[in-house]
Amino acid sequence: MFLIYCPHCEELREEEEFHPKGQAHIVRPADPEACSDEEWGDYLFFRDNPRGIHHELWVHAVGCRKFFNVTRNTVSYEILETYKIGEPPRITAESLASDEVQGKVQVASSGQQTVGATNATVETVKGEKA
Amino acid sequence: MSEQTATWFNHYDVRPQSEVPAESPLAWSYRKTGRPAVSQQSRVVLRERAMLGHLILRGGAIVLDEAVRRVLGFGLPGRPNTLTQDDDGQRSIQWLSPDEWLVIVPGGEEFALEGRLREALGDARDTAVKNYAIVNVSGGQTLIELEGECARELLMKSTPYDVHPEAFPVGKGVTTVFAKANLILRRPSEQRWELVLRRSFADYCYRWILDAGAEYAIGVDA
Repeated sequence: MFLIYCPHCEELREEEEFHPKGQAHIVRPADPEACSDEEWGDYLFFRDNPRGIHHELWVHAVGCRKFFNVTRNTVSYEILETYKIGEPPRITAESLASDEVQGKVQVASSGQQTVGATNATVETVKGEKA
Repeated sequence: MSEQTATWFNHYDVRPQSEVPAESPLAWSYRKTGRPAVSQQSRVVLRERAMLGHLILRGGAIVLDEAVRRVLGFGLPGRPNTLTQDDDGQRSIQWLSPDEWLVIVPGGEEFALEGRLREALGDARDTAVKNYAIVNVSGGQTLIELEGECARELLMKSTPYDVHPEAFPVGKGVTTVFAKANLILRRPSEQRWELVLRRSFADYCYRWILDAGAEYAIGVDA
Protein backbone atom coordinates (compact mmCIF):
# COMPACT_ATOMS: atom_id res chain seq x y z
CA MET A 1 0.00 0.00 0.00
CA PHE A 2 1.30 3.40 -1.00
CA LEU A 3 -0.88 6.20 0.31
CA ILE A 4 -1.09 9.77 -0.96
CA TYR A 5 -2.80 12.56 0.96
CA CYS A 6 -5.56 14.27 -1.05
CA PRO A 7 -5.94 17.87 0.17
CA HIS A 8 -9.56 17.94 -1.02
CA CYS A 9 -10.71 14.63 0.50
CA GLU A 10 -8.54 15.44 3.51
CA GLU A 11 -7.35 11.88 3.95
CA LEU A 12 -4.77 9.39 2.73
CA ARG A 13 -5.85 7.42 -0.30
CA GLU A 14 -4.44 4.52 -2.25
CA GLU A 15 -1.99 5.41 -5.02
CA GLU A 16 -4.16 3.57 -7.55
CA GLU A 17 -6.71 6.40 -7.32
CA PHE A 18 -4.27 9.07 -8.55
CA HIS A 19 -2.69 10.10 -11.83
CA PRO A 20 0.35 12.37 -12.28
CA LYS A 21 -0.15 15.18 -14.77
CA GLY A 22 3.32 16.66 -15.17
CA GLN A 23 5.00 19.80 -13.93
CA ALA A 24 3.01 22.24 -11.79
CA HIS A 25 3.01 26.04 -11.65
CA ILE A 26 3.24 26.56 -15.42
CA VAL A 27 1.83 29.98 -16.15
CA ARG A 28 0.14 30.55 -19.47
CA PRO A 29 1.46 33.71 -21.13
CA ALA A 30 -0.99 36.54 -20.54
CA ASP A 31 -0.97 37.54 -24.19
CA PRO A 32 -0.16 34.53 -26.42
CA GLU A 33 -0.30 36.68 -29.55
CA ALA A 34 2.59 38.77 -28.26
CA CYS A 35 4.84 35.74 -27.61
CA SER A 36 7.79 34.92 -29.80
CA ASP A 37 7.83 31.39 -31.23
CA GLU A 38 10.52 30.49 -28.75
CA GLU A 39 8.58 31.74 -25.73
CA TRP A 40 5.42 29.96 -26.86
CA GLY A 41 7.35 26.77 -27.63
CA ASP A 42 8.94 26.86 -24.18
CA TYR A 43 5.55 27.29 -22.57
CA LEU A 44 3.99 24.50 -24.60
CA PHE A 45 6.64 21.82 -24.79
CA PHE A 46 9.59 22.39 -22.48
CA ARG A 47 9.49 21.02 -18.94
CA ASP A 48 11.96 20.90 -16.06
CA ASN A 49 13.51 17.58 -15.22
CA PRO A 50 15.25 18.26 -11.93
CA ARG A 51 17.18 15.83 -9.81
CA GLY A 52 15.67 16.44 -6.40
CA ILE A 53 12.69 18.58 -5.48
CA HIS A 54 10.01 18.78 -8.15
CA HIS A 55 6.53 20.34 -7.98
CA GLU A 56 4.00 18.30 -9.90
CA LEU A 57 0.34 18.41 -10.80
CA TRP A 58 -1.65 15.32 -9.83
CA VAL A 59 -5.31 14.44 -10.12
CA HIS A 60 -7.40 12.34 -7.75
CA ALA A 61 -8.85 10.53 -10.75
CA VAL A 62 -10.93 7.92 -8.92
CA GLY A 63 -12.10 10.06 -6.05
CA CYS A 64 -13.00 13.71 -5.93
CA ARG A 65 -11.55 14.16 -9.46
CA LYS A 66 -9.85 17.40 -8.40
CA PHE A 67 -6.34 18.52 -9.32
CA PHE A 68 -3.75 19.35 -6.67
CA ASN A 69 0.01 19.86 -6.42
CA VAL A 70 2.61 17.49 -5.07
CA THR A 71 6.16 18.28 -3.96
CA ARG A 72 8.17 15.19 -4.71
CA ASN A 73 11.82 14.21 -4.51
CA THR A 74 12.69 12.66 -7.86
CA VAL A 75 15.69 10.87 -6.34
CA SER A 76 14.00 9.10 -3.44
CA TYR A 77 10.44 9.31 -4.89
CA GLU A 78 9.39 10.62 -1.50
CA ILE A 79 6.29 12.82 -1.52
CA LEU A 80 7.11 15.71 0.80
CA GLU A 81 3.77 17.51 0.74
CA THR A 82 0.54 17.92 -1.21
CA TYR A 83 -1.28 21.23 -1.49
CA LYS A 84 -4.20 22.74 -3.32
CA ILE A 85 -3.85 24.60 -6.59
CA GLY A 86 -3.34 28.30 -5.96
CA GLU A 87 -1.42 27.73 -2.74
CA PRO A 88 2.35 28.19 -2.64
CA PRO A 89 4.44 25.12 -1.75
CA ARG A 90 5.83 25.09 1.78
CA ILE A 91 8.78 22.95 0.76
CA THR A 92 10.98 24.03 -2.12
CA ALA A 93 14.55 23.31 -3.16
CA GLU A 94 15.46 26.73 -1.77
CA SER A 95 13.69 26.27 1.55
CA LEU A 96 15.48 22.96 2.03
CA ALA A 97 18.79 24.58 1.10
CA SER A 98 18.31 27.34 3.68
CA ASP A 99 17.32 24.68 6.23
CA GLU A 100 20.65 23.10 5.52
CA VAL A 101 22.41 26.37 6.30
CA GLN A 102 20.67 26.36 9.65
CA GLY A 103 21.67 22.75 10.19
CA LYS A 104 18.15 21.36 9.92
CA VAL A 105 18.65 18.94 7.07
CA GLN A 106 20.31 15.63 7.77
CA VAL A 107 20.89 14.49 4.20
CA ALA A 108 23.19 17.44 3.52
CA SER A 109 26.09 15.41 2.17
CA SER A 110 24.16 14.15 -0.87
CA GLY A 111 23.62 17.70 -2.11
CA GLN A 112 20.21 16.75 -3.54
CA GLN A 113 18.30 19.56 -1.97
CA THR A 114 20.27 22.28 -3.69
CA VAL A 115 19.17 21.01 -7.08
CA GLY A 116 16.80 23.54 -8.56
CA ALA A 117 17.94 26.26 -6.16
CA THR A 118 19.40 29.50 -7.44
CA ASN A 119 23.15 29.89 -7.79
CA ALA A 120 23.16 32.43 -5.00
CA THR A 121 21.61 29.97 -2.58
CA VAL A 122 23.97 27.20 -3.57
CA GLU A 123 26.83 29.60 -3.08
CA THR A 124 25.82 30.41 0.47
CA VAL A 125 25.16 26.78 1.27
CA LYS A 126 28.27 25.29 -0.22
CA GLY A 127 30.55 28.29 0.01
CA GLU A 128 31.54 27.77 -3.60
CA LYS A 129 30.52 28.77 -7.11
CA ALA A 130 27.84 26.43 -8.43
CA MET B 1 -21.67 38.78 -16.84
CA SER B 2 -21.16 38.27 -20.54
CA GLU B 3 -24.01 37.95 -22.99
CA GLN B 4 -22.91 34.45 -23.87
CA THR B 5 -24.05 33.08 -20.50
CA ALA B 6 -26.55 30.28 -20.94
CA THR B 7 -29.93 31.51 -19.81
CA TRP B 8 -31.78 28.24 -20.13
CA PHE B 9 -31.66 24.65 -18.96
CA ASN B 10 -33.39 21.45 -19.95
CA HIS B 11 -35.70 20.27 -17.26
CA TYR B 12 -37.76 17.33 -18.39
CA ASP B 13 -38.98 14.07 -16.94
CA VAL B 14 -36.50 11.42 -18.03
CA ARG B 15 -38.88 8.69 -16.95
CA PRO B 16 -42.23 9.56 -18.50
CA GLN B 17 -45.27 7.27 -18.46
CA SER B 18 -44.72 4.87 -21.32
CA GLU B 19 -45.69 1.48 -22.70
CA VAL B 20 -42.05 0.44 -22.72
CA PRO B 21 -41.14 -0.99 -19.30
CA ALA B 22 -38.10 0.50 -17.62
CA GLU B 23 -35.44 -2.04 -16.68
CA SER B 24 -32.76 -1.97 -14.02
CA PRO B 25 -29.15 -1.95 -15.27
CA LEU B 26 -28.88 -5.43 -13.77
CA ALA B 27 -31.91 -6.91 -15.56
CA TRP B 28 -29.72 -8.45 -18.23
CA SER B 29 -27.33 -9.85 -15.62
CA TYR B 30 -30.20 -11.51 -13.77
CA ARG B 31 -31.22 -13.32 -16.94
CA LYS B 32 -27.69 -14.14 -18.06
CA THR B 33 -25.95 -14.91 -14.75
CA GLY B 34 -28.92 -15.70 -12.57
CA ARG B 35 -29.72 -14.93 -8.98
CA PRO B 36 -28.45 -17.33 -6.31
CA ALA B 37 -31.19 -17.74 -3.70
CA VAL B 38 -30.78 -16.54 -0.13
CA SER B 39 -30.40 -19.53 2.17
CA GLN B 40 -29.75 -20.26 5.83
CA GLN B 41 -26.03 -20.43 5.03
CA SER B 42 -25.91 -17.01 3.35
CA ARG B 43 -23.55 -14.74 5.22
CA VAL B 44 -23.88 -11.97 2.65
CA VAL B 45 -27.10 -10.83 1.05
CA LEU B 46 -27.15 -8.64 -2.05
CA ARG B 47 -30.16 -6.48 -2.73
CA GLU B 48 -30.56 -4.08 -5.61
CA ARG B 49 -32.50 -0.90 -5.08
CA ALA B 50 -33.13 -0.08 -8.70
CA MET B 51 -34.80 2.97 -10.18
CA LEU B 52 -34.00 5.40 -7.40
CA GLY B 53 -33.70 9.07 -8.21
CA HIS B 54 -30.08 10.23 -8.41
CA LEU B 55 -29.27 13.93 -8.74
CA ILE B 56 -25.83 15.53 -8.96
CA LEU B 57 -25.66 18.99 -7.38
CA ARG B 58 -22.79 21.29 -8.21
CA GLY B 59 -22.07 24.77 -6.97
CA GLY B 60 -21.19 26.66 -3.84
CA ALA B 61 -21.85 24.80 -0.59
CA ILE B 62 -23.48 27.73 1.22
CA VAL B 63 -26.04 28.54 -1.48
CA LEU B 64 -26.86 24.88 -2.13
CA ASP B 65 -27.14 24.05 1.56
CA GLU B 66 -29.73 26.78 2.05
CA ALA B 67 -31.84 25.54 -0.86
CA VAL B 68 -31.54 21.85 0.03
CA ARG B 69 -32.44 22.51 3.65
CA ARG B 70 -35.57 24.34 2.57
CA VAL B 71 -36.65 21.65 0.09
CA LEU B 72 -35.56 18.39 1.73
CA GLY B 73 -35.47 19.41 5.39
CA PHE B 74 -31.84 18.47 5.98
CA GLY B 75 -28.58 20.03 4.87
CA LEU B 76 -25.47 19.08 2.98
CA PRO B 77 -22.82 17.03 4.77
CA GLY B 78 -20.32 19.39 6.36
CA ARG B 79 -17.22 17.23 6.04
CA PRO B 80 -15.60 15.52 3.04
CA ASN B 81 -16.50 11.85 2.50
CA THR B 82 -19.64 11.90 4.62
CA LEU B 83 -23.35 11.70 3.98
CA THR B 84 -26.50 13.06 5.56
CA GLN B 85 -29.90 11.36 5.57
CA ASP B 86 -33.44 12.16 6.52
CA ASP B 87 -35.02 10.45 9.53
CA ASP B 88 -36.15 7.25 7.81
CA GLY B 89 -33.05 6.97 5.61
CA GLN B 90 -35.03 7.22 2.37
CA ARG B 91 -33.26 10.34 1.15
CA SER B 92 -29.55 11.03 1.39
CA ILE B 93 -26.95 13.54 0.29
CA GLN B 94 -23.32 12.55 -0.12
CA TRP B 95 -20.21 14.67 -0.49
CA LEU B 96 -18.42 13.75 -3.72
CA SER B 97 -15.96 16.60 -4.15
CA PRO B 98 -15.61 20.15 -2.78
CA ASP B 99 -18.32 21.43 -5.13
CA GLU B 100 -20.27 18.28 -5.91
CA TRP B 101 -22.92 16.27 -4.04
CA LEU B 102 -25.00 13.19 -4.85
CA VAL B 103 -28.64 13.26 -3.80
CA ILE B 104 -30.49 9.94 -3.76
CA VAL B 105 -34.27 9.93 -3.29
CA PRO B 106 -37.00 7.32 -3.84
CA GLY B 107 -37.65 6.68 -7.53
CA GLY B 108 -40.10 9.07 -9.14
CA GLU B 109 -39.35 11.95 -6.79
CA GLU B 110 -36.31 13.25 -8.64
CA PHE B 111 -38.14 15.17 -11.35
CA ALA B 112 -40.25 17.15 -8.88
CA LEU B 113 -37.29 17.59 -6.55
CA GLU B 114 -35.16 19.06 -9.31
CA GLY B 115 -37.92 21.56 -10.08
CA ARG B 116 -38.27 22.55 -6.43
CA LEU B 117 -34.52 22.92 -6.02
CA ARG B 118 -34.31 25.12 -9.10
CA GLU B 119 -37.15 27.19 -7.71
CA ALA B 120 -35.45 27.51 -4.33
CA LEU B 121 -32.12 28.41 -5.91
CA GLY B 122 -33.82 31.01 -8.01
CA ASP B 123 -32.43 32.41 -11.17
CA ALA B 124 -28.84 31.29 -11.67
CA ARG B 125 -28.27 34.47 -13.65
CA ASP B 126 -28.81 36.66 -10.58
CA THR B 127 -25.28 36.71 -9.29
CA ALA B 128 -22.03 34.98 -10.00
CA VAL B 129 -22.24 33.39 -6.56
CA LYS B 130 -25.37 31.53 -7.56
CA ASN B 131 -23.91 29.52 -10.41
CA TYR B 132 -25.03 25.97 -9.95
CA ALA B 133 -25.87 22.82 -11.86
CA ILE B 134 -28.34 20.05 -11.19
CA VAL B 135 -28.06 16.93 -13.30
CA ASN B 136 -30.41 13.98 -13.20
CA VAL B 137 -28.20 10.90 -13.44
CA SER B 138 -30.84 8.35 -12.37
CA GLY B 139 -30.55 6.44 -15.62
CA GLY B 140 -26.78 6.21 -15.39
CA GLN B 141 -26.35 4.40 -12.14
CA THR B 142 -27.91 1.93 -9.77
CA LEU B 143 -27.60 1.12 -6.09
CA ILE B 144 -26.69 -2.24 -4.58
CA GLU B 145 -26.93 -3.09 -0.90
CA LEU B 146 -24.72 -5.62 0.84
CA GLU B 147 -25.78 -6.95 4.19
CA GLY B 148 -24.64 -9.77 6.43
CA GLU B 149 -21.82 -10.70 8.74
CA CYS B 150 -19.32 -11.20 5.90
CA ALA B 151 -20.20 -8.13 3.83
CA ARG B 152 -17.10 -6.36 5.12
CA GLU B 153 -14.90 -9.32 4.25
CA LEU B 154 -16.26 -9.30 0.73
CA LEU B 155 -15.42 -5.60 0.44
CA MET B 156 -11.92 -6.21 1.78
CA LYS B 157 -11.29 -8.54 -1.14
CA SER B 158 -12.52 -6.02 -3.66
CA THR B 159 -11.37 -2.54 -2.72
CA PRO B 160 -8.06 -1.08 -1.49
CA TYR B 161 -9.99 1.35 0.72
CA ASP B 162 -9.88 0.60 4.44
CA VAL B 163 -13.34 -0.66 5.45
CA HIS B 164 -12.46 -1.34 9.08
CA PRO B 165 -15.17 0.18 11.33
CA GLU B 166 -12.58 2.56 12.78
CA ALA B 167 -11.64 3.92 9.37
CA PHE B 168 -15.12 3.62 7.89
CA PRO B 169 -17.71 4.66 10.47
CA VAL B 170 -21.44 4.82 9.81
CA GLY B 171 -22.29 7.91 7.79
CA LYS B 172 -19.19 7.79 5.63
CA GLY B 173 -19.18 7.49 1.86
CA VAL B 174 -16.28 7.53 -0.60
CA THR B 175 -15.65 7.26 -4.30
CA THR B 176 -13.00 4.63 -4.73
CA VAL B 177 -11.60 1.72 -6.70
CA PHE B 178 -13.61 -1.48 -6.58
CA ALA B 179 -12.36 -4.49 -8.51
CA LYS B 180 -10.46 -2.20 -10.90
CA ALA B 181 -13.69 -0.37 -11.68
CA ASN B 182 -14.80 2.61 -9.67
CA LEU B 183 -17.88 3.17 -7.62
CA ILE B 184 -19.27 5.02 -4.64
CA LEU B 185 -19.06 3.03 -1.43
CA ARG B 186 -21.17 4.17 1.51
CA ARG B 187 -22.23 2.98 4.90
CA PRO B 188 -25.59 4.47 5.89
CA SER B 189 -26.13 2.14 8.85
CA GLU B 190 -24.25 -0.29 11.06
CA GLN B 191 -25.09 -3.46 9.12
CA ARG B 192 -25.64 -2.16 5.63
CA TRP B 193 -23.21 -1.13 2.90
CA GLU B 194 -24.33 0.61 -0.27
CA LEU B 195 -22.56 0.53 -3.62
CA VAL B 196 -23.54 3.10 -6.23
CA LEU B 197 -22.52 1.62 -9.58
CA ARG B 198 -22.38 3.06 -13.03
CA ARG B 199 -24.73 1.35 -15.47
CA SER B 200 -21.82 0.35 -17.69
CA PHE B 201 -20.00 -1.31 -14.77
CA ALA B 202 -23.11 -2.89 -13.25
CA ASP B 203 -22.89 -6.31 -14.89
CA TYR B 204 -19.14 -6.60 -14.28
CA CYS B 205 -19.44 -5.59 -10.62
CA TYR B 206 -22.47 -7.85 -10.11
CA ARG B 207 -20.57 -10.87 -11.38
CA TRP B 208 -17.48 -9.88 -9.38
CA ILE B 209 -19.55 -9.68 -6.19
CA LEU B 210 -21.19 -13.07 -6.84
CA ASP B 211 -17.76 -14.60 -7.43
CA ALA B 212 -16.22 -12.95 -4.37
CA GLY B 213 -19.26 -13.88 -2.29
CA ALA B 214 -19.40 -17.55 -3.34
CA GLU B 215 -17.46 -18.63 -0.25
CA TYR B 216 -19.99 -16.84 1.97
CA ALA B 217 -22.92 -18.47 0.10
CA ILE B 218 -24.05 -15.08 -1.16
CA GLY B 219 -27.73 -14.78 -1.98
CA VAL B 220 -29.55 -12.21 -4.08
CA ASP B 221 -32.70 -10.91 -2.48
CA ALA B 222 -35.10 -10.38 -5.36
